[in-house]
Amino acid sequence: MIKNKPSKTLFDKIWDNHVINKLDDTNSLLYIDLHLVHEVTSPQAFESLRLSKRNVRQPEKTFAVPDHNVPTINREKIEDELSKKQLDALEKNTKDFDISYFPINDIRQGIVHIIGPEQGLTQPGMTIVCGDSHTSTHGAFGALAFGIGTSEVEHVLATQTLMQKPAKNMRINLNGKMQNGITAKDLILGLIGKIGTAGGTGHVIEYAGDAIENLSMEGRMTICNMSIEAGARAGLIAPDQTTFNYIKGRNYAPKENWNEALKFWKSLPSDKGVKYENEKILEVDKLEPQVTWGTSPQDVCSIKGEVPNPDNEKDLNKKQSIINSLEYMGLTPGTKLEDIKLDQVFIGSCTNSRIEDLRAAAKIVKGKKVKIKAMVVPGSGLVRQEAEKEGLDKIFKEAGFEWRESGCSMCLAMNADKLKPGERCASTSNRNFEGRQGKGGRTHLVSPIMAAAAAISGHLIDVRQFI
Amino acid sequence: MEKFKKIVGIAAPFTRINVDTDFIIPAENLKTISKQGLGKDLFSYIRFNDDGSENKKFILNQPHYKNSVILVTGKNFGCGSSREHAVWALKDFGIKSLIGSEFADIFYNNCFKNGVLPIILDTNEVEKIIKIISFPETSELEIDLENQSIKTKENKTINFDILPYLKKNLLDGIDDISKTLEKKKLIDEYEINMKKKYPWLGEKNG
Repeated sequence: MIKNKPSKTLFDKIWDNHVINKLDDTNSLLYIDLHLVHEVTSPQAFESLRLSKRNVRQPEKTFAVPDHNVPTINREKIEDELSKKQLDALEKNTKDFDISYFPINDIRQGIVHIIGPEQGLTQPGMTIVCGDSHTSTHGAFGALAFGIGTSEVEHVLATQTLMQKPAKNMRINLNGKMQNGITAKDLILGLIGKIGTAGGTGHVIEYAGDAIENLSMEGRMTICNMSIEAGARAGLIAPDQTTFNYIKGRNYAPKENWNEALKFWKSLPSDKGVKYENEKILEVDKLEPQVTWGTSPQDVCSIKGEVPNPDNEKDLNKKQSIINSLEYMGLTPGTKLEDIKLDQVFIGSCTNSRIEDLRAAAKIVKGKKVKIKAMVVPGSGLVRQEAEKEGLDKIFKEAGFEWRESGCSMCLAMNADKLKPGERCASTSNRNFEGRQGKGGRTHLVSPIMAAAAAISGHLIDVRQFI
Repeated sequence: MEKFKKIVGIAAPFTRINVDTDFIIPAENLKTISKQGLGKDLFSYIRFNDDGSENKKFILNQPHYKNSVILVTGKNFGCGSSREHAVWALKDFGIKSLIGSEFADIFYNNCFKNGVLPIILDTNEVEKIIKIISFPETSELEIDLENQSIKTKENKTINFDILPYLKKNLLDGIDDISKTLEKKKLIDEYEINMKKKYPWLGEKNG
């Protein structure tokens, strides 16, 4: 019998399982189980592999999909030459290095963080990386998943490993029962508002508590997705029956070894009584729908609130930051958020473009008409197909929404979907940075149902009156 | 990778907090398959006016700071997107080192992969440096990685901490991949063990 076995967190367990070699006191060589690749952050990595005559060590653990740069309409011929060059490069690279590839016309194509879970590639206990900061999404399954730069993409391609120093453990307990009309998006926005965009720097955040346990996998993915907006290296949620039910039967989910996998996954949750370097509690009972007013995800408050006054901020740097934000956003202190008029609504992104998000938004818009330009960009071809099967596309189209094909779209405005200078948008995406949705564009981050309510109202509005 | 030993040059103060990598280089400038030539797009939304002319107010457009090699930053610099293009753009512009009280994790890592040194100091030390370099005549700094020191024009020396392996990689200009490939045998062994321990990971599904 093993006595005094040190208790471990979920993060510690995954970490220890993947250490190949301790390089020194702070640095380990870590094995990577799954590497997801997209067109924007990979071409330089493949080019460098070629130049140094190196190969991809594990093409079977590498999956590629174009998402950031793909058009969401008229996809037969890509007009933008630079985009086309990047998309062609991905296709060539995957062919040359024998990597699984979901091309633009494949029903499985979609946002990389939507399709990993959808295909059953994302599994508990894994290490997952991608040259994209929202890789944290996959943490919802109890996988250690984080974004990396292109040099690290190359390192993983060549060696299936990464040199890493362990992160610190933080647990955030989200307790209580959310009111009707409050979603996972409001939870994570509310949390970022509390701990700030650097609140999780150097940490992996494990989300726990009954509010998390009661969430669907879609909701959990929304939470983990925005861990990076709290500065965390990754987000984690302990795998449970909800997780296993979601995975079972998916394309790449375990089949003949399912029971063994399940037994292992059940051993992953943090040991009882284990100490975290940092622990926080958030009661969610009174949480209201959240909206950002500024240019950082931490600039957030209840839809019932108003634009803050920088004069109330004592810290000079923060005060200046609020002044800059309000100037960029074209907002005056004291304005009620519900009085802010909009030009556009965007429902999409790796944060909120899954089927559950579309169902919830469709319920709000059913039988109504949009007052402003609004579009829905499903997270993947399969999400789009399922939505069409359920007739959600008709509801959106009849209300006046544009119904697009899948991709990152106006979350980062790399393709043609972008705001014009000064245009204001309620968006279900993850970043309200200056220029994120197009130069001069103004973003208010909200949940899918808040976005739906905004579209049919023409301004920011509390969705609860439509429920 | 280029080695980093010692640099002497102009340091520009850019004190804005939470500067994200979209701000350092917007998504529309990422449609490239090369690491080169991104300096022209660095901070493009703030560096240039709508008509393409330079925004004279922006620090890196001011005559004295145009050729800066060091950027002294506000808190949480480099947050958001993992795009390494942010570091490529800084490097291509001529920035070799950054000094700040806090950098976002992925950005911090990306710097080291490109021979760029991010230095973390206490907030008050950063503020002191900003005060000094805000005067053009004392804007030059000397950064010595071997001795982990920053020397100002006023002959003030400030020491900084850095993890030993990161320091060594920069000093030697080591390419991580070749170092890891030396451990090929260990990776092979790990994969063999893994196949036994986690047989479902080897299933041919899809």
